[in-house]
Amino acid sequence: MDQPAAVRAGAGPAPASPQSPWLLEVEDLHVHFVTTRGVVRAVEGISYKVRPGETVALVGESGCGKSVSSLAIMRLLAKPAGRIVAGRIRFQGRDLLELTEDEMREIRGRDIAMIFQEPMSSLNPVLTIGFQITEPLLIHLGMTMAAARARALELLKMVGIPDPGRRLDQYPHQFSGGMRQGVMIAIALSCNPRLIIADEPTTALDVTIQAQILKLMKDLSRELGVALVIITHNLGIVARYADRVNVMYAARMAEQGAARDVFARPLHPYTAGLLRSVPRLDRPRGRKLETIEGLPPNLLDPPAGCRFAPRCLAKRDACVQALPELVAVEPHRYSACIRAAEMARTGPAGLGLHSADPQPPLPKRLDAAKPLLGVRDLRTYFGVSAGIRMFKDGRLEVRAVDGLSFEVYRGETLGLVGESGCGKTTVGRTLLRLEEATGGEIVFEGANVTRATGQQLKDYRRKIQVIFQDPFSSLNPRMTVGQIIAEPMRVYRLVPDARAARGKAAELLTQVGLFEYMAERYPHELSGGQRQRVGIARALAMQPSFIVCDEPVSALDVSIQAQIINLLEALQEKYQLTFLFIAHDLAVVRHISDRVIVMYLGRVMEIADRDTLYADPQHPYTLALLDAVPIPDPALEAQREYRVLGGEVPSPLNPPRGCVFHTRCPLATEECKMTVPELREVRPRHYAACIKL
Amino acid sequence: MMLRFILHRTLLMIPTLLGVAVLVFFLLRLMPGDPVATMLLGDAGGANIPKEVIEAERARLGLDQPLYVQFFKWFWGALQGDFGFSMWTGQPVAYEIAIRLELSLQVAIMATLLAVLLALPLGTLSAIFKDTWIDQTIRVFSIAGLAVPSFWLGMIIILLLLTYFQWIPPLTFTSLWEDPWENLSQLIWPALAVGYRYSAVSTRMMRSSILEVLQEDYIRTARAKGVFERLVVARHAMRNALLPVVTVIGLEFAFLIGGLVVTEQVFNLNGIGRLFVQAVARSDFTMIQALVLLVSVFFVLVNFVMDLMYAFLDPRIRYR
Repeated sequence: MDQPAAVRAGAGPAPASPQSPWLLEVEDLHVHFVTTRGVVRAVEGISYKVRPGETVALVGESGCGKSVSSLAIMRLLAKPAGRIVAGRIRFQGRDLLELTEDEMREIRGRDIAMIFQEPMSSLNPVLTIGFQITEPLLIHLGMTMAAARARALELLKMVGIPDPGRRLDQYPHQFSGGMRQGVMIAIALSCNPRLIIADEPTTALDVTIQAQILKLMKDLSRELGVALVIITHNLGIVARYADRVNVMYAARMAEQGAARDVFARPLHPYTAGLLRSVPRLDRPRGRKLETIEGLPPNLLDPPAGCRFAPRCLAKRDACVQALPELVAVEPHRYSACIRAAEMARTGPAGLGLHSADPQPPLPKRLDAAKPLLGVRDLRTYFGVSAGIRMFKDGRLEVRAVDGLSFEVYRGETLGLVGESGCGKTTVGRTLLRLEEATGGEIVFEGANVTRATGQQLKDYRRKIQVIFQDPFSSLNPRMTVGQIIAEPMRVYRLVPDARAARGKAAELLTQVGLFEYMAERYPHELSGGQRQRVGIARALAMQPSFIVCDEPVSALDVSIQAQIINLLEALQEKYQLTFLFIAHDLAVVRHISDRVIVMYLGRVMEIADRDTLYADPQHPYTLALLDAVPIPDPALEAQREYRVLGGEVPSPLNPPRGCVFHTRCPLATEECKMTVPELREVRPRHYAACIKL
Repeated sequence: MMLRFILHRTLLMIPTLLGVAVLVFFLLRLMPGDPVATMLLGDAGGANIPKEVIEAERARLGLDQPLYVQFFKWFWGALQGDFGFSMWTGQPVAYEIAIRLELSLQVAIMATLLAVLLALPLGTLSAIFKDTWIDQTIRVFSIAGLAVPSFWLGMIIILLLLTYFQWIPPLTFTSLWEDPWENLSQLIWPALAVGYRYSAVSTRMMRSSILEVLQEDYIRTARAKGVFERLVVARHAMRNALLPVVTVIGLEFAFLIGGLVVTEQVFNLNGIGRLFVQAVARSDFTMIQALVLLVSVFFVLVNFVMDLMYAFLDPRIRYR
């Protein structure tokens, strides 16, 4: 990176040479958003460069300005609130900020294309796929309709969509999420752009689909010589796919360098903290996850000095006095930390950056004699009613959960993993009696509660609680935090009066790491992590023995995610709680669980103790899942031979016959299409449902 | 697929209309006031009509029979398309309605056309130029439309025509097919008076709908593809924005068939609205029953057409 050591605002424009080795140069970019509460400085003086054909990652947590800076490159910031107040964006030597609106429009889609996060909403629902792919071809390249259609067909083939001829005339809702993202890639590639900006392109997708899409993007960009800017919060993706990485924090650039170097030797405490707060598949779990305590600053009123200082364990007095600039610490390595040189010599540990205990976890005291909760042959089917149906594909029955059996012992955490549509959430909802089981039984503390009613159901519901995924929509926006926590206690008469309920709520708030005064706040005044803590306090209010955690951390940023996981573990220890931990993130499940169930299309594929499952997975689906997860270590990723699982999860409305996994399984034979495999004990305490084992 | 849907919806109309028929029939009988009393005693109230005359009149109209007999007689007739005779004029109900329906329908259709032609472009412009003088002007126009009652606007129109052109619209109805000029010179004014409010409602709906759609991710995608801004609006935003507007337009249209009461009065039009008011004032049971059924059929049909429009506009919606 031949970048000036520090790029300051107001530096004179350098004449762009036509032979510039850079495709894109972002220099000292400042973006402001004018809101009713003041000016949000969403991007403050970031600079980075991209060479033709290379893959550059922009990493950071939500709100750090990574997406805003890329929309600024396209000049697509929301008008009139978003403003580029300073900086230069040079693309192929031209400053994009000096172009007229129409010149810029010509560049969009032709020279620079963009792929967005949400494949579900990024395509126009009322226009055919063919129309949406051909549109830029007609506009930018002046192709004839026939030529454009031929090109669209070719593009769909390139991104691996089967039967492209028929697919062209279909609408987005007829495609799965992964295929829609494929279509977005096809649109992006249509005019042979020089640069593609992908904003969290796989965040909304399942891991196996994520692996497919990223591989596709990487392969195509290499083949066609397209440069890629990947914006992501997922460090594994950066490690697997990026050549260089830019770490952003609170609107500013924290660190830059080759991906390999940054991961191996981070030169900014924030990067070091990020890397250590993600649970990893390649390392045994420690006693606790390392966290970055606190929250990112409010960009309406950022702190003086280094933005990260309030959360930094290596903070010095100088850090809060002046904003550190991004400077070259070593050749090709840039950091905005005044102690970066020190860090380069001694490593993060030298700065006292390790907070977590590297010890192995304490063994849990499990009472394996009597399970707390047992489920036998649980089935939950959803009927799709006849008559007028609004949406297509309705058939008579969805077997969301089909024959599930397991036991949970007091004090343990049972992990439940699987891709979307595998029925894991339905399992949780059936246990909570929010869905009626179609068959099988649920036994809790020795009593069959499958059809419990009246007082028995009420007793059961008090003891089994839930923490939901989305902390934004699972709390009533019209109630204060105190009311939210107190309500169930009042309903179940666990407290004599309102005053006692308030006192108890305050106590619970401190227990989940919040403050008593927050009882007066409304949910929208809290951050995502704080809201999730409120959700936990609400569950605890009932003094439950069993908690269903349904994706409790998947909506949170990594540094916050680690805080919540640690909190859950501490509470489990303290109150002898039992968890059913439902998640799609295999690394998180591995960190927190004692035993793990892998589900696919309503059926159990494998059950084993955590360490056995991750060290020695038996079922081909588990293997594929583990392969699909990128590990945040570029050196490791470079050596790793991973197999990308083809195809997609079939519709649960019409599951394959025989083994439900046979359509994607690398081992599948004719026999697999005929027989439904039983869950067998392939090793002691290790069960798998595959006839090939 | 389509045929099945139409058949299904037609079958669904039966219980709806049956319910309406039963309800209106018996509710009318619960109300105070009886056609014979209204007719014979009239405003005088004290006129000495012999009891026998009243009884004879009641018998002639069939009002002396038990309720259920009356109901089934009427219902059986209605099934065959015979809605009986007006209890006031003695003319067949179907005839009385038929001669007025054309007028009301024409005003409703013209008002709707006016509303659509104004609302779609104005609402869209207002959204695109949000917070500029264009938007402000259009918003003043549409707020005024909501605030000004149609009948008042109607009176102003007549007054203006009278003062500036010394002309008032013709007072008798001529069919569009006989003399279009004469017809339009009479009906364009009420259509204008009603259509203004109607277009105001739709304009506001269109504006907020477009504004909402312009925030969608797929609009950002279209812009990122380098699509011309006017095409972003025309191709990508408008069709998505139309769904809620179609709902408003449909419901307003169905309402107009029976709801033009005051405007018809202002322009001295002999339409369904006035017939309705008269029938209620005269306790003309057979007429009220038929009119309520007619309006119900309109609502059901309009809803049906709206569903078809949804399916046409949004490929995600398919009915079976």
